[in-house]
Amino acid sequence: MVAVVDWAVIVASLAYAAWALVAVVRNQAPREPYVIGAGVVELLILIQVVVAIVLMIVDGTPDETATFIGYLLMNLLIVPLGLFWALAEKSRWGTSVLVVAALVVPVLVVRMQQIWDAGAA
Amino acid sequence: MSDTPRRSSGPGRLLIAVYAVFALSASARAGVQIATSFDEAPLAYLLSAFAALVYVVATVALARPGPKARRVALTAVTVELIGVLTVGTITAFDPGDFPDDTVWSLYGRGYGFVPLVLPVLGLLWLRRTRDTEGASGRP
Repeated sequence: MVAVVDWAVIVASLAYAAWALVAVVRNQAPREPYVIGAGVVELLILIQVVVAIVLMIVDGTPDETATFIGYLLMNLLIVPLGLFWALAEKSRWGTSVLVVAALVVPVLVVRMQQIWDAGAA
Repeated sequence: MSDTPRRSSGPGRLLIAVYAVFALSASARAGVQIATSFDEAPLAYLLSAFAALVYVVATVALARPGPKARRVALTAVTVELIGVLTVGTITAFDPGDFPDDTVWSLYGRGYGFVPLVLPVLGLLWLRRTRDTEGASGRP
């Protein structure tokens, strides 16, 4: 894993979660800026996935390869699925789905780092 | 006026989203455990798979309309609550039976106790939305 990419994903997803949380508190339904924001987070995740795949090919895989790939896939899916589920609900509860989806991302990234580092140690 | 919210709208939207996260992660985890190291802790891994199945069923049933889906959801969420209480209690007093963690170990401590809170919220939500299916309005 490349620290810069990991941190970019973690910071972006946490910032996005905080941003969406403000909208929940203000009783706002999901709006267009949140779709664009989700796209930015997803783009960073996509970069992270590509980097991870390249590293696995070049440097070898972490010990728990299957679990690592599972997390990688779930991270890729969580934001689009969350967005899909959120946009159908025109209330603050739709926006709250975005908060949850965005909070799952950093958790998965940290778990992936743990698995990756366990192999390197 | 006397509208009870639809099961998949309002707070239900969030509840189902959290259920979906657990369905997804529990399934992935159980799949990996069973595929790669089933021999190490068969009981714990089978339990993981069972928990994953319960979450998947609960997610789908909560999201679907109709009285039939409601009954399925009620069953799944009840099984979930019994499961997390039973496994939580066993693992708290005699961890020997489960050498590897499941979602429900120690009342879901590894997952911020969300597994314990989730079925309670699920049951409350099913009660709130009881009349949505139009069988007959609340008196």
